[in-house]
Amino acid sequence: QHSHLLELLKRTTVHGESNSALIIGPRGSGKTAVLNKVLKDLREMSQVKENLLENPFLSGLLQTNDKVALKEITRQLQLENVVGDKVFGSFAENLAFLLEALRRGNRTSSCPILFVLDEFDLFVHHKNQTLLYNLFDISQSAQTPVTVIGLTCRQDILELLEKRVKSRFSHRQIYLMNSFDFKEYIKIFKKQLSLPAEFPNESFAQKWNNNVQQLSEDKTVQDVLQKLFHHTKDLRSLHWLLMLAVSTVTVHHPLLTAADLQEASRQHSTDSKANIVHGLSVLEICLIIAMKHLNEVYDGEPFNFQMVYNEFQKFIQRKAHSMYNFEKPVVMKAFEHLLQLELVQPLERPSVRAQREYLLMKLLLDSSQIMEALQVYPNCPTDVKQWAASSLSWL
Amino acid sequence: MNTRQQSKLTYSWYGKPLSSDRKLRTSQYKGILITSENTKTETCIQLGDFILVEGVNADQPYVAQLMDLYEDGAQHKHAVVQWFCRLEEIPQNKRKLLKREISAQEVFFDQVLGYDTDIAAETIIKSIMVLPLHLGEELPIITLNKEQTFYVKQSWDGKCFKVLSPDTFSKLKEANKKRGVITSSSKAFIPSDILTPVKKETESVLRSATKPKNVDMEVESKHSASKSSLAKERHSQRVAKTDIKTPTARKKLELNSPTRSKGRLLGCEVLGLLDDDCDAIAPIKPSATKRKVKFTSDILGSPPKIPCSNDKSKSTSETAEHHQRFSDTIRLSPYTKVKEFSEKDKNLHEKDDILFSVGYQKPSSQSPVLTPRSRRTCAQKTSALIAEQISLLKSHGKLAAEEDFLSSSDSSYSSSGEEEEDDDMPCTPEKKTKSSRIFSTPKSSRKSAVHTPAKTLKKTPLQGTPRRPRNATPEIPKRIQAAQEPASVLEEARLRLHVSAIPESLPCREEEFQDIYNFVESKLIDGTGGCMYISGVPGTGKTATVHEVIRCLQQAAENDELPPFQFVEINGMKLTDPHQAYVQILDFLTGQKVTAAHAAVLLAKLFSTPGPKRKTTVLVVDELDLLWTRKQNVMYNLFDWPTQKHSKLIILAIANTMDLPERIMMNRVASRLGLTRMSFQPYTYKQLQQIVSSRLKGVKAFEEDAVQLVSRKVAALSGDARRCLDICRRATEICEFSKQKRTLEVVRMAHVTEAIDEMFSSPYVNAIRNASLHEQIFLKAILAEFRRAGVEEATVQQIYHHHVALCRMEGLQSPTVSEIMAICSRLGACRLLLVEASNKYLHMRVRLNLGQDDVMYALREE
Repeated sequence: QHSHLLELLKRTTVHGESNSALIIGPRGSGKTAVLNKVLKDLREMSQVKENLLENPFLSGLLQTNDKVALKEITRQLQLENVVGDKVFGSFAENLAFLLEALRRGNRTSSCPILFVLDEFDLFVHHKNQTLLYNLFDISQSAQTPVTVIGLTCRQDILELLEKRVKSRFSHRQIYLMNSFDFKEYIKIFKKQLSLPAEFPNESFAQKWNNNVQQLSEDKTVQDVLQKLFHHTKDLRSLHWLLMLAVSTVTVHHPLLTAADLQEASRQHSTDSKANIVHGLSVLEICLIIAMKHLNEVYDGEPFNFQMVYNEFQKFIQRKAHSMYNFEKPVVMKAFEHLLQLELVQPLERPSVRAQREYLLMKLLLDSSQIMEALQVYPNCPTDVKQWAASSLSWL
Repeated sequence: MNTRQQSKLTYSWYGKPLSSDRKLRTSQYKGILITSENTKTETCIQLGDFILVEGVNADQPYVAQLMDLYEDGAQHKHAVVQWFCRLEEIPQNKRKLLKREISAQEVFFDQVLGYDTDIAAETIIKSIMVLPLHLGEELPIITLNKEQTFYVKQSWDGKCFKVLSPDTFSKLKEANKKRGVITSSSKAFIPSDILTPVKKETESVLRSATKPKNVDMEVESKHSASKSSLAKERHSQRVAKTDIKTPTARKKLELNSPTRSKGRLLGCEVLGLLDDDCDAIAPIKPSATKRKVKFTSDILGSPPKIPCSNDKSKSTSETAEHHQRFSDTIRLSPYTKVKEFSEKDKNLHEKDDILFSVGYQKPSSQSPVLTPRSRRTCAQKTSALIAEQISLLKSHGKLAAEEDFLSSSDSSYSSSGEEEEDDDMPCTPEKKTKSSRIFSTPKSSRKSAVHTPAKTLKKTPLQGTPRRPRNATPEIPKRIQAAQEPASVLEEARLRLHVSAIPESLPCREEEFQDIYNFVESKLIDGTGGCMYISGVPGTGKTATVHEVIRCLQQAAENDELPPFQFVEINGMKLTDPHQAYVQILDFLTGQKVTAAHAAVLLAKLFSTPGPKRKTTVLVVDELDLLWTRKQNVMYNLFDWPTQKHSKLIILAIANTMDLPERIMMNRVASRLGLTRMSFQPYTYKQLQQIVSSRLKGVKAFEEDAVQLVSRKVAALSGDARRCLDICRRATEICEFSKQKRTLEVVRMAHVTEAIDEMFSSPYVNAIRNASLHEQIFLKAILAEFRRAGVEEATVQQIYHHHVALCRMEGLQSPTVSEIMAICSRLGACRLLLVEASNKYLHMRVRLNLGQDDVMYALREE
């Protein structure tokens, strides 16, 4: 892919040929990295360096409409209507101006321009896709040589293009995939973690690198990595994991150990909602258990506070030895706290008319999550645990 | 024309009918009187005079010579003219034939047939001078008035430029001479009307000597009278930068009034001299002195006028004094006064200078009742402004200064040359000596030198807004190295296969080409308007064909087989707003830049009224469907104009959908579009094959079979020629890439297949195969859930249960909910899944974005 892209851009610069291409790949697959590498290589080539390649870089997240994008292009190209980093004139004027500017040039005499559109899918949603149409149209006509490169993670990007725009696009797609297997993943892990040769303290670098080598052969580390690898091949998450691990390194603890990595992995993969449950009071946990039972009885149908309260009352009256019989307002307060934590979610927006007790709610936790959280919950009363395990046990 | 709208003009015949034709009920006259009600002036235009005629563009009136004047039976006044054409009216490509620089004042004797020489007399604006010159001759530098004078060197007959034939040359000369005689003789009998206001004016000036405020008012009213002309001039300056002139000079002729705002004249003259000195340009200096001499001789030579002029100059000086708040009135003879002035000249000059600038800069904001006091504050303000602008526009200074010099010399020359103006004479030289005195004191000259650039500069920012250079030339920087020429056969082929490469002919579109050509040609010959609607799927050569037609027509017009026409193209996609279409069309036609609403009005006027010298316009509207608005007024107007009688407008509308008129247009729009339709069918594989091979003619780069494969493949899918060419181009690249290993020079089937696979392969399967293990399991879980529920939609919670179960089967550690959510959003970002907004958490609904079979196929391989 790298060579393909390099070849493409080289032709644009050297021959003045216009092109358009899309780089498609999932997040973290190195689209931008490839492009940057290619640009760097290009600049190093003597042939290309002289006819300086200008490249306006647009991001769909920043240039949210064509107007802003056009201004940005003119600014980055430093055309003549730019006064002190600001572009004046109306949208229409700017468009006409830019088109005129690009029309002036021809294949042999003017400087080739490389347009990079990051988050290409967001440009597609602009009105009429005017910008894309014009860019592709220029790349298909004998005007200033232009190469348009889009970066996106959407596989269905071509279907989003309007038919006219699609026809003008050259259908040159470069797919980037994380197609490596686990062995390569380990290699990447090693490479990322090892210190470069130019590190000032040589002996430490030596020691560190040896340690990394050992780590990569360690069974537990491999397990950790394997788990992460199974979850995602995105290299960014590997970076995050290593970041967590490396941040534990101190003067007294100079080398990374397998335990560090395991700890990091544990942090990396914890369930956020279940964590919240750990911090709840017993009453709130009881309410959640009541909701879980309701979900089981009614098979996921929404419930309201009154139902939850009734369920809770049943439990208190029949079974509970360790629980107070709380007042209804107190229970209501606990329920609202759960609402704020977004462990439960109302189905519709709370209106003035409906009483709060009868608002329909949904639980945002899975029963397995609740059981797991209960296992690690400190000082949980046994009867609550029993009640959680089986709703019918008190009968 | 603003001035025309402001001052109502009445046209009346001058003298008795020379001859009358009973049969045609026409009567001929030898002259026409144009009376302006506002200024109470009359202009007499005689046969043989040169005139300006109202044209399409208000700033560029047509130049013509009056040949005949007559009134027809219906009491309409007509004029027969001989046209002259300006450089702007000559097509761009023909201008090259001249091989020399053309000044804006030069016109060409027009011998193009087909222009209507019979015009309505009401379109005549005023008379001007047209001087014949020999080809080698330079334009005389000292001219009467830039605006009023044109030069003829060559004639233009639509194809080439010719030197004026001797008899036309002499005829033109004759006409000029005659004009001189007529003007001098006409003065003899017109005056009764004109002289009275002159006297009145002088009287009033005299009176105002005691009442300076009154004079102010007068002066100001003059300001306001010339305001519009000022504004217009500024506009024309923007258009043609070369002819900058002072308003006074122009006003002289236009209003023909003897009195004028002295302050302005003064400032103007002063400026001229200032420039002389500070620029220290050698040739200018002698001319300045020469001028002075001339004036003095004039004064001496016209003794009877001196008394009058004395009064006048006195009064002017008095007004000047009042501006300065000098209380003492000076009643001295003009010669002694000079000395007086030398004492306070510095101060006075400065003031006047600024005053002038005030009058110039804010003609509209200044109310006529401004007292000198308020004026001064105003002047101070502007001087502060000016100081700011000096640094900004230093570079413009020199140019503007020179131009100012020219204009001031013009005005002075005209005042010395034209006898009608002689009442003003004394006051001009008066000022002159005054200002020349200024330079005798070096200190003051220094000071004024600072002011001069400021003043001259001030004019330039008025022409264009300083904030944004209006006429910035859009340009991409040139590349340093020349583009490399294709080295190998494959590169050559690739270059030819690029969509932008323009083929010599358009294969497979001969029929359509002929149809469109015939349509436009017949309309052109008839001089009528019409519409044609062209439809077809993208990449079928609609735009290319139309452009080819236009190219052929233009060629034919150049060879004189067809009447000349203008070609305008707009593209719906290249407009930000449908209404911008008007702006673009007007910009193409006249070069004016106005707002959309104004442009619509102007265009409607342009197309609905008959105009002389109107060429047929061919308008190509690409991507018509984007001009759709709710009220459809843009489309309505576009298609309404051709139906107007005088429009001479041919519209070729291009869009993708065949039934566009029926689908989105209202009935009234669709009916105006008419029934001339044409649809471009998608290319068949044979045609595609022909297109590719015609482009590759002479280059042996492709195997026959390979081309056929590509064209069959594309024809089966879309029939898009662009796609076909792109595939071929990609195939050459692949071929070149693999060439390194084996020496192989032609593109074979294998390469083409690879290129096709690359372009048409579904990315999904590949994406799934390269997904991580849990992502794949998640997809499997989705499939399982779908199978269980029988609905193609599931919540994450349901899928999660399946996922956990699958993990247990595979012996993997089951992921937490957070991890599942991360997986889900990753797949959603790739659009393998369609997911809801993520705030619903577990109850988020998930759908597959591709067929279940595809997913199964992709997963089974593992």
